[in-house]
Amino acid sequence: MRVIAPQAMDTLIRLLSEDGYEVVGPTRREGAIVYDRVHGLDDLPAGWGDDHAPGRYRLWQRDDQALFGYVVGPHSWKKYLFPPRETLVRVHRRDDGGFETENGEPSPPRRAFIGVRPCELAAIDVQDRVFLGQAVRDRAYGARREGVFLVAVNCAEPGGTCFCASMDTGPRAKSGFDMALTEVIEGGMHVLVAEAGTEAGEALLQRLEPREADDAERRAAERVWREAPQRMGRAMPTNARDVIARSLEHPRWEETARRCLSCANCTLVCPTCFCAQMEEVPDLEGRVSERVRTWDSCFNGEHSYMVGGTHRTTVAARYRQWLSHKLSTWHDQFGTSGCVGCGRCITWCPVGIDITEEVAGLAGGGDS
Amino acid sequence: MSVSAAEPAHEPMAPEPWRIRQVRREVADGEVFTWTMEPLSGEAAVARPGQFNMLYLFGVGEVAISISALADDGTPVHTIRAVGSVTRAMQDLGPGDVVGLRGPFGSAWPVAAAEGRDLVLAAGGIGLAPLRPVVHAVLARREAFGRVLVCYGARSPRDLIFRDELEQWRANPDLDLRVTVDRGTADWKGDVGVVTQLIDRGGFDGRNAIAMVCGPEVMMRFSALSLHRRGIAPERIHVSMERSMRCALGFCGHCQIGPHFVCRDGPVFPYPAMEPAFRVNEL
Amino acid sequence: MNELMEMLKDRPFFEGLSEAHMKLLAACAALRSFEPDVCLFREHEPAEAFYLVRSGTVALESRLPGRGARTFATLGEGDMLGWSWLIPPYRWHYDARAITPVHTVHFDAAVLRDRMDHDPELGYALLKRFTGLIVERLQAARLQSLDIYGDADVGLGG
Repeated sequence: MRVIAPQAMDTLIRLLSEDGYEVVGPTRREGAIVYDRVHGLDDLPAGWGDDHAPGRYRLWQRDDQALFGYVVGPHSWKKYLFPPRETLVRVHRRDDGGFETENGEPSPPRRAFIGVRPCELAAIDVQDRVFLGQAVRDRAYGARREGVFLVAVNCAEPGGTCFCASMDTGPRAKSGFDMALTEVIEGGMHVLVAEAGTEAGEALLQRLEPREADDAERRAAERVWREAPQRMGRAMPTNARDVIARSLEHPRWEETARRCLSCANCTLVCPTCFCAQMEEVPDLEGRVSERVRTWDSCFNGEHSYMVGGTHRTTVAARYRQWLSHKLSTWHDQFGTSGCVGCGRCITWCPVGIDITEEVAGLAGGGDS
Repeated sequence: MSVSAAEPAHEPMAPEPWRIRQVRREVADGEVFTWTMEPLSGEAAVARPGQFNMLYLFGVGEVAISISALADDGTPVHTIRAVGSVTRAMQDLGPGDVVGLRGPFGSAWPVAAAEGRDLVLAAGGIGLAPLRPVVHAVLARREAFGRVLVCYGARSPRDLIFRDELEQWRANPDLDLRVTVDRGTADWKGDVGVVTQLIDRGGFDGRNAIAMVCGPEVMMRFSALSLHRRGIAPERIHVSMERSMRCALGFCGHCQIGPHFVCRDGPVFPYPAMEPAFRVNEL
Repeated sequence: MNELMEMLKDRPFFEGLSEAHMKLLAACAALRSFEPDVCLFREHEPAEAFYLVRSGTVALESRLPGRGARTFATLGEGDMLGWSWLIPPYRWHYDARAITPVHTVHFDAAVLRDRMDHDPELGYALLKRFTGLIVERLQAARLQSLDIYGDADVGLGG
């Protein structure tokens, strides 16, 4: 077991920058931990924690200098791999009436993600299956995903809306990272336990000059890994897929729809939701037209619009579509759940609808 | 951790330029029209009956259109109804104009599975368009099939498409063409009633028949019931579904019906796969 | 009469009727043909018959003031026509007009109605068959009234 000092994060960010990566990581802004460009240790949210409950998110000041003492904010890495708005194709009209096409973002920057939670690694894997695992690959996603360097951070203190343990996606990363860190703070001890997941990760770790952990550090790290799964705020019922599949006409959809604002917050903060709209954006001269992809949500009326009418007219039908896709039909489509247990949809729901409680309610009968 | 991305050189959402060779107005006001087209460069992928293409109009947008015939060289023919912003703009185009095309996409009608069996085609409205290539395929190898019924219903006589071809089919002893309209006109000498009644009239061996149905969802639901009543097992009834298709590649999420992406797994489905969608409101 | 029996016994509508009932039906039956444009029956006339259409097309029509006859359904080979003889006041509600030369089997319903009153087994057997027919036509009429080919339902054409 190897450890590095918290200050080594400064070196890590600098080395990745020198290697040509655009380094992205957690930083504090407008009362939230968000993901943005980071240039050094000072950009990381040292000493900040976050409090999660249905419809509630607050930062608070910790009594230590933990770099990764928060859980997850409203952002996910999806915004870099599958941006909210991107030009996929630029169409140039020719004088003879024909046209030529050009790829929207031919060579995106290589990015390094710092502080990727295990649930977020799982979410990236889920979106990989969507965009790269079907018969046709999504060029734009693939081009951004290809060079990504992932520095994961295991969770020591899961939040009040977390349920990754029940989704088997955390709180400790098993794979899918270049480097994984576990922040260990106990008494006066403050170190980052570092593991390499790839050769590139090992090479970078070597350059950080780690040292072997002493017995106290080893015991503290093992305690973190052992105890974190017991500290989940919530749990998803184990048979969610089947419960939903046989509850398509359950009265609970209507009941929940009375609370649901159909605001789409849950789909926007969800790290796996991938629905997108295509827009045609021509220039004023009529020479160039862009085919722009923007995030969409199954809570929008236009989402199911066909000529002459919207298929899912009710909030109940839209909520059912979201939940049943996320937890049930996603398995049929991509061989995995679409939910990674990050809890964002619970935290950021303005009325505090709780996905785990909904499934439990569907499982428990009509009057719950 | 990076993924090894053998990145395709080509952007899958980029349309290829195709030239319109011929436009045929199918109904009096031109609201339904058929395009014969050719690719400006290279060769088109060979399509199968039941599949669709994404047709693109510069500066306006893209829309999913089913293939209504395959020319001798395999190039697709499209029949379009002008009902949305893109298709209405397409209505103004003529021979020589260039549009974009991506495709073909989706599943095909199980024509080979119909060999040695009676075949019932039930079409409602413009739903005849995706079924027309099946008729062509059957006529090309007529001896391979049993009795072939084409049941076609439309709102009124003026809404019937492919009129010349319908006359040929009617005169063809190899086909049993039955046409009905919901509302007759003074000069209409044909049947008045719904398309399900054409199925109810029988004339096929249900135990050994296969059915392909395309039309408005209500029409497909009732047709499936009639076909089933006539002895055709649900798994031998096939329907072609319509949902909003924006990407045709399984990326945009709009065309889902339960576990299915209509663009990727459909549009042609065996009836049992669609039964929940027919039964559960707004699924 | 044997010829008529032969004609009826393979029709799905009569399937399962007893030999005796079939004989009775055949006894009430006669072949009738109609030239194009001739009415088999007209609205408000007494309904004392029903028909099996052997060939040709029959239009069911309603006459609308100032707009002429409006066809709402057509019947063809193998179809049964007419059930107003079952229900008082035993009057036709529509016109039935031959569009093409039409060949039918005509049944004397007045006689049958009397027999059905006295032979519940026959009454039930025939009512059951006519109810199936009525349900089928009602369902078709409902579907027709939905105007399913409106703009909201266009299939892969838009």
